[in-house]
Amino acid sequence: MASALINVPPRAKRGEIVEIKTLISHVMETGFRRTQVGAVIPRNIIRRFVCSYNGAEVFSADLHPAISANPFIVFSTIATESGTLAFEWTGDNGFSVKETAAITVE
Amino acid sequence: MRRLLIALGLLALAASAFAGEIALSDRRSGYELMGRELRAMQDDDTANPGMLWVLEGAALWKRPTGAASRACVDCHGEAAVSMKGVAAHHPAFDAAKQRPVSLDQRINNCRVDRQQAPPLAYESRELLALGAYVARQSRGLPIAVTIDDRMRPFLDAGHAIYERRQGQLNLACSQCHDDNWGRQLAGNLIPQAHPTGYPLYRLEWQSLGSLQRRLRGCLTGIRAEAYDYGAPELVDLELYLMWRARGMTMDAPAVRP
Amino acid sequence: MERRAFLKVAGGVAAGLGLTGIVTVKPARATPAEMQEAIRAVVGSARITPGKVKLELPPLIENGNAVPLTVTVDSPMTEAEHVRVVHVFTEKNPQPYVVSFHLGPRAGRARVSTRMRLADSQNVVAVCQLSDGSLWSDSAAVVVTLAACLEDGI
Repeated sequence: MASALINVPPRAKRGEIVEIKTLISHVMETGFRRTQVGAVIPRNIIRRFVCSYNGAEVFSADLHPAISANPFIVFSTIATESGTLAFEWTGDNGFSVKETAAITVE
Repeated sequence: MRRLLIALGLLALAASAFAGEIALSDRRSGYELMGRELRAMQDDDTANPGMLWVLEGAALWKRPTGAASRACVDCHGEAAVSMKGVAAHHPAFDAAKQRPVSLDQRINNCRVDRQQAPPLAYESRELLALGAYVARQSRGLPIAVTIDDRMRPFLDAGHAIYERRQGQLNLACSQCHDDNWGRQLAGNLIPQAHPTGYPLYRLEWQSLGSLQRRLRGCLTGIRAEAYDYGAPELVDLELYLMWRARGMTMDAPAVRP
Repeated sequence: MERRAFLKVAGGVAAGLGLTGIVTVKPARATPAEMQEAIRAVVGSARITPGKVKLELPPLIENGNAVPLTVTVDSPMTEAEHVRVVHVFTEKNPQPYVVSFHLGPRAGRARVSTRMRLADSQNVVAVCQLSDGSLWSDSAAVVVTLAACLEDGI
């Protein structure tokens, strides 16, 4: 039941640099913690984040256990044309979340 | 009018009876003790991890549930209107239970009585999400729990717990939070312990959590037996803390280290 | 079995097996040398010059579980001259990798923010690669009051 919070300006001028903020709920279990009886809690993290703009990849990140729980990533892209920004997070245990946001470019 | 006068009289008595407290004008939220980066994290709704729970709460608000197949929105309408100020007034007196109840308990009462759904477990993701969503609607409002003659005994009980030495370390809440706030304890600044921001995202938990989770953590920390979630002692203590923070501004969901 | 007798037997067995004393589990920890190895494993053996990339971290953070981090690279971000990738590493976390951000001319600006975990007060290093293949780095020191990564889960 993962929720993602995405912040994209709904409209922008052609050529303008827009800032995109993404926040996704995920425990990002490092694999280094132990339970009270000493058993290792297995690693369970998001490993990759990709942002595509009308199908073309414009930003991506490879994440390791050192990224905090509920990963927060802020990046930018040039507003080239109206369309859809697609966000995809994938990780351990088949984790996969896709979200989209529309952008109108004048 | 008579009730109002009685209530004001009791409040005045209450103010003078609890000497040794922090003066009202000296009260500071834990927000003010944090560094610049954490304050920025709290202030930005697009960056505050607590907002993930608020988002989920907003979705749950609209979801029909229980044998009655009813959603919160069906009775309460838009939360921004109907829930405005609600979190700032809790714990509040519940006539059926003849004692104050916390916001989490009020939400569960609704689920059981109106939605005919089983109560949500304390500290479950859904209860935290609904609690965060409702508390968010009180952001910017002053804490204002009502203390009348029905509530007074519970306020006194909560205050007694706050002042009582407990646990193997034999510490009372007041010793850290009234007498030593602003000083360091194991590298961390001791806050005055005002619950203005609950439920909040605590970096130590890497998750959103309730005031009761924090209280239980503190009790465990002084090596006392922590009361169970929903125990009357915790609700009475919550009531006292909210009364102690009366007039301070709600800022849920807050971020704390 | 009588209690005293039981303890005596157990003590004898334990001593025999060398099990007296407390067993501690030491958590894994990277070292600055391991961080250098990790950097080389990722970017190869070419020369890394300090400069162009700027790593912003708070000098002191109350809790190492969510330390805000921003990397900025001084680059026009054109098709001809842009940042390809920025890697972040730590010296003393259990393992040295943090994140790699893949940029490109469509980014407009080479500026990315995230939140990371720090297991101890330590140095954090950012290495970026430009479109011409050159490598640039920056490092920042953070004091962490409460460490991440190594506290027990519930």
